[in-house]
Amino acid sequence: MSQEIDETLLRSIIKDVIGEMKNTDTPISFNDSGNSAATATQAAPSSSQTSDIKPVDWFKHVGVAKPGLSKDEVVIAVAPAFAEVLTRTMTKLPHKDVLRQVIAGIEEEGLKARVVKVYRTSDVSFCSVDADQLSGSGISVAIQSKGTAIIHQKDQEPLSNLELFPQAPVLTLDTYRAIGKNAAQYAKGMSPNPVPTVNDQMARVQYQALSALMHIQETKQVVPGKPSDEIQVSFN
Amino acid sequence: MKRQKRFEKLEKRPVHLDGFVKEWDDEGLVALEGKNDPKPSIKLENGEITELDGKKKEDFDLIDKYIAEYGLNLDNAEMAMNTDSLKIAHMLVDPNVSRSEIIKYTTAITPAKAEEVISKLNFGEMIVAVQKMRPRRTPATQCHITNTLDNPVEIAADAAEAALRGFPEQETTTAIARYAPMNAISIMVGSQTGRPGVITQCSVEESEELSLGMRGFTAYAETISVYGTDRVFTDGDDTPWSKGFLASCYASRGLKMRFTSGAGSEVMMGYTEGKSMLYLEARCIFITKASGVQGLQNGGVSCIGIPGAVPGGIREVLGENLMCMMMDIECASGCDQAFSHSDIRRTERMIGQFIAGTDYISSGYAAEENRDNTFAGSNMDVLDYDDYCAMERDLAVNGGILPIHEEDAIKIRNKAAKAIQAVFDGLGLPAITDEEVEAATYASNSDDMPKRDMVQDMKAAQDLMDRGITVSDIIKALHDHGFNDVAQAVLALAQQKVCGDYLQTSAIFDKNWHCISAIDNPNDYQGPGTGYRLWEDKDTWDKIKDIPWAMDPQHMDF
Repeated sequence: MSQEIDETLLRSIIKDVIGEMKNTDTPISFNDSGNSAATATQAAPSSSQTSDIKPVDWFKHVGVAKPGLSKDEVVIAVAPAFAEVLTRTMTKLPHKDVLRQVIAGIEEEGLKARVVKVYRTSDVSFCSVDADQLSGSGISVAIQSKGTAIIHQKDQEPLSNLELFPQAPVLTLDTYRAIGKNAAQYAKGMSPNPVPTVNDQMARVQYQALSALMHIQETKQVVPGKPSDEIQVSFN
Repeated sequence: MKRQKRFEKLEKRPVHLDGFVKEWDDEGLVALEGKNDPKPSIKLENGEITELDGKKKEDFDLIDKYIAEYGLNLDNAEMAMNTDSLKIAHMLVDPNVSRSEIIKYTTAITPAKAEEVISKLNFGEMIVAVQKMRPRRTPATQCHITNTLDNPVEIAADAAEAALRGFPEQETTTAIARYAPMNAISIMVGSQTGRPGVITQCSVEESEELSLGMRGFTAYAETISVYGTDRVFTDGDDTPWSKGFLASCYASRGLKMRFTSGAGSEVMMGYTEGKSMLYLEARCIFITKASGVQGLQNGGVSCIGIPGAVPGGIREVLGENLMCMMMDIECASGCDQAFSHSDIRRTERMIGQFIAGTDYISSGYAAEENRDNTFAGSNMDVLDYDDYCAMERDLAVNGGILPIHEEDAIKIRNKAAKAIQAVFDGLGLPAITDEEVEAATYASNSDDMPKRDMVQDMKAAQDLMDRGITVSDIIKALHDHGFNDVAQAVLALAQQKVCGDYLQTSAIFDKNWHCISAIDNPNDYQGPGTGYRLWEDKDTWDKIKDIPWAMDPQHMDF
């Protein structure tokens, strides 16, 4: 049996794998002040809305996001305006704290979190679909700037989900931590009890107009066709 | 500033918790007649539309193309477009002009023209017009059956009670998406126990929803959403054509369906192209008509907070319901989502549809406590039942909900809980205990229910799909456990899909499975003495008069 191996192909595969490992295995630093000088300008959207973008130290763009191979990662997708155009959710939770809690929830289960910023859509379901394609475990969490969140799995229909948190006003930092924890458990092949559904029938009434205004901002940041960026976060 | 005491008190009223915003035409935050809305126009060449509302054929977007190709009756188009919008508005209100005469015009105009016609009417005129234009003569209403724990026993019991209260259509959804098949089965079994002839749906992800229908777990679908701009469609990986295709999938399986749209969705999605809510909704209504779909749920619906926040928004909402009826299609007219903290404004929200009567005054009255409503709350809920029934009785209006007696509710809830217990046993699903049956019989919300193992339930829900369970297994389980009447009702429902009569416009069933639709019960309103009058519908009027808490002056015990 002939065993011809195309050397160029092999090299390119190895290169890709190493490249991906570099990306997927970059630890998330909670104490690294050394990154504070980094800016996000290298990955700024090419739309006319760039002027709205205010890069922040803790949220660093490190190139185009690549698919991960590591089974013990959960990818968190944030929507286009997250952290850099809008900085707080509808109920004024800082985006930094939201992300910190989701990551903490994932790490509590012994898994790794990887953050990406989606540009091609502002829809929370489609953000999560982009992210589960990148996720080594096939599990993703997506969060919109207004706070709406979802847990999605790779083989699901785009508009289906493992768990959906459609009412941003009822979500607290504890909920975000529980979302991260459950996402990690799904990634481990477990069947966690869903994060309890809280329903506030007056949330829509109070927040829908605000929600629309925030989503208009988010949608202005959409760049059709632009791939997601890998984000390195640092909390201190 | 030193505060004025009356203003301080006013600020504490519930209405101050509602969201209000000023108009912003360029982001579509305007109810109707936005400054960027196109002027009506049409050009026909060789039986083909070459200009639509100021846009040339080569500039058509997906929605223009779809509407131009399928959405208008071209035979009457020039005649209708040359008729002054004010004249068409007059015809809508004039009792001497019949519904069928008006339809000749309104199905041959363009979206911008339809917006112009509606814009001529004030709120009172819209009520008069809706009374005449709704397709079905007898009004009705639809309810939601959900709870935040997706508890199947409570779903079945609530569905049975709602059926007894007169809802001919019932809709469930999930708190957790994976529960879908179990919720679909529970609402169907519960409602058929309450009154044979009710049809049910389970609003979930589109392909799963279709699959539930094909298995016979549901009888209709409603949440097939269409939008007024291309970007909102494509953002959801959709086009008008993909929705049209999905519609034909339902029809070919004998499942009733209607589309959903409503003011504010394009604002919520951030793609309005700077057009007003009514103009964008007009495009949705025309897409529905163009798809050959028999009906539409509209009237703000889940985005009601957006039209509700701008000036004239609730007038626009009744206006879009009316426009839907003008296209000669079924209208489930909203009033189905939490709208206001103020009880006065909640009543304002539904009063137009309620007085006029529509095919479904509410497209989702919460037949559970609002805190258990996983559509994020409705405009009215179970705790408003007695107020609602009093309004029907006061105004002699059939709002589609009947007062019932407590002992009858207890009896039917208990029977439905036992029926779903039997089905779970027959299908090998996690057991429903007698304790749960008892709790569901007397429960008002999901806190009153013993907690189930949700992980096991979700696994079983997936497993029943994998095992290929269908409605025939449910019929068998009911029959094997002695629920022959419920088994017969579920079988009759399955048979109706084969015969397909209820795919006609605005169709519902009575308890004997007779179809009540725009075909055999057409709206014949033409002024006083015509059309539906509650007091002429003796049986229903007697039930509405008979609120259990009214004193009987001839049998007083002092």
